[in-house]
Amino acid sequence: MSVAENIAETPASEPAATNMPVKMETRDVNVFYGEKQALFDVSLDVRKNQVTSLIGPSGCGKSTYLRCLNRMNDVVDIARVTGSIKLDEDDIYDPKVDVVEIRARIGMVFQKPNPFPKSIYDNIAYGPRIHGIASTKNEMDEIVEVSLKRAGLWEEVKDRLAEPGTGLSGGQQQRLCIARAIAVSPEVILMDEPCSALDPIATARIEELIDEIKDKYSIVIVTHSMQQAARVSQRTAFFHLGILVEEGDTEQIFTNPRDERTQDYITGRFG
Amino acid sequence: MQEHIVTSFEEALDNINESLARMGGLAEKQLADSIEAITRRDHALAEKTVASDKQIDALEVDIEAQALRLIALRQPMAIDLRETISAIKISADLERIGDLGKNVAKRAMVVDQASPGRAMQGLERMGRQVLNQLKEVLDAYAQRDHERAMVVWRRDEEIDEMYNSLFRELLTYMMEDPRTISLCTHLLFVAKNLERIGDHSTNIAETVQFLVTGNPIEESRPKGDTTSVTSMEFPPDAGPQAK
Repeated sequence: MSVAENIAETPASEPAATNMPVKMETRDVNVFYGEKQALFDVSLDVRKNQVTSLIGPSGCGKSTYLRCLNRMNDVVDIARVTGSIKLDEDDIYDPKVDVVEIRARIGMVFQKPNPFPKSIYDNIAYGPRIHGIASTKNEMDEIVEVSLKRAGLWEEVKDRLAEPGTGLSGGQQQRLCIARAIAVSPEVILMDEPCSALDPIATARIEELIDEIKDKYSIVIVTHSMQQAARVSQRTAFFHLGILVEEGDTEQIFTNPRDERTQDYITGRFG
Repeated sequence: MQEHIVTSFEEALDNINESLARMGGLAEKQLADSIEAITRRDHALAEKTVASDKQIDALEVDIEAQALRLIALRQPMAIDLRETISAIKISADLERIGDLGKNVAKRAMVVDQASPGRAMQGLERMGRQVLNQLKEVLDAYAQRDHERAMVVWRRDEEIDEMYNSLFRELLTYMMEDPRTISLCTHLLFVAKNLERIGDHSTNIAETVQFLVTGNPIEESRPKGDTTSVTSMEFPPDAGPQAK
């Protein structure tokens, strides 16, 4: 086949990232830590089966925002959240809502891999067990296997499932944490700098994994690496001083940002 | 705009810009000299012009290497990425302009017969216009002025029209007097080269537009070159066949 024919077969451009339906809708979100306001009127959509990356300098509010999405700020006594955050049609801050159930629907992976001091198997089985997802041993075995396979860890650990999760390498531990998040069949996965403690190879594996699993989940990732945001996400939001400065298709944000502050930050000009 | 936190990043971008400015200056001079060489039939100037193309070629290689290095080491984003990519594209256009200018100078060395003065006038006028377009677009680049670049982009049609009329004119001369065929063919190629230089100037204008706004041009460029579909009947009373 000639080169020209090859070119003709590829679509002219990918469909615009904005076309996907909204999975989480946040409107006018404000966060206060005591007297101090950390987030100002943030309105942002997380779209289904897409990766949304949150970027910005330290202290800009991106992690604070991420933690609002599964009510992790509830555990901070002085934190107060206002505004509306919806998962599909459900207001996740509704007093009637079960927080544990919300956190099962919206999983989280942290900066530092934090496997439980249990076996690899139990790390994965923990969530499904407390949520009563599996009723038989066989079912649980299957959940563990599928979760580890989806996280790309199965081949490496299938013969040592009884060994402690903490004995794995950093990159493997992080994939174990992703597998653990996947095990309870969440709809959204939040990742707070999931690769910052990993070497470039382990980072590449996680990025590949994010790309693979986004077809099943909606993903929000906080990252300090702009290249990573550019590589893994379809939508990018830039935060600065607690304000959402700009949000758009990742390609547009990194090639032609509208706001000067975004441009200064991503090109390394921040004063 | 603020400076980069990393000074060497700032310097690397400045160096690319500086090299490109120098390359633009050389390409402009190359074109001006080659036009002068052919219209005045200055053999010495033509030789000098042919030789000076090497400098332009070397600068292209240099700019490409600098840009590659910058991409590899700094992963430029947004305006920096557009600056870097634009530098690569513009240097490629300037290199081609240098080559075409060199070709005009080469032909200037061959064209030493008495030339039809009228055709030379047309060529000189076209040359002036092409040179002016190149100057304008390089200024637009230096000032990051996309509106000025778009003026150049729209005005290329005039060059196309000049080329059309020169093409017809030279055909007429050749039909009138077959002894001028060799000369006129060279002049035809010179005109074609000048027209191509005009096209490269519009390419640069498009790059400036992308560099400044981040968006490519939406409309399609007005084009006036109809020579590819131009033919002329051989007049029955001219040439040996008529007898």
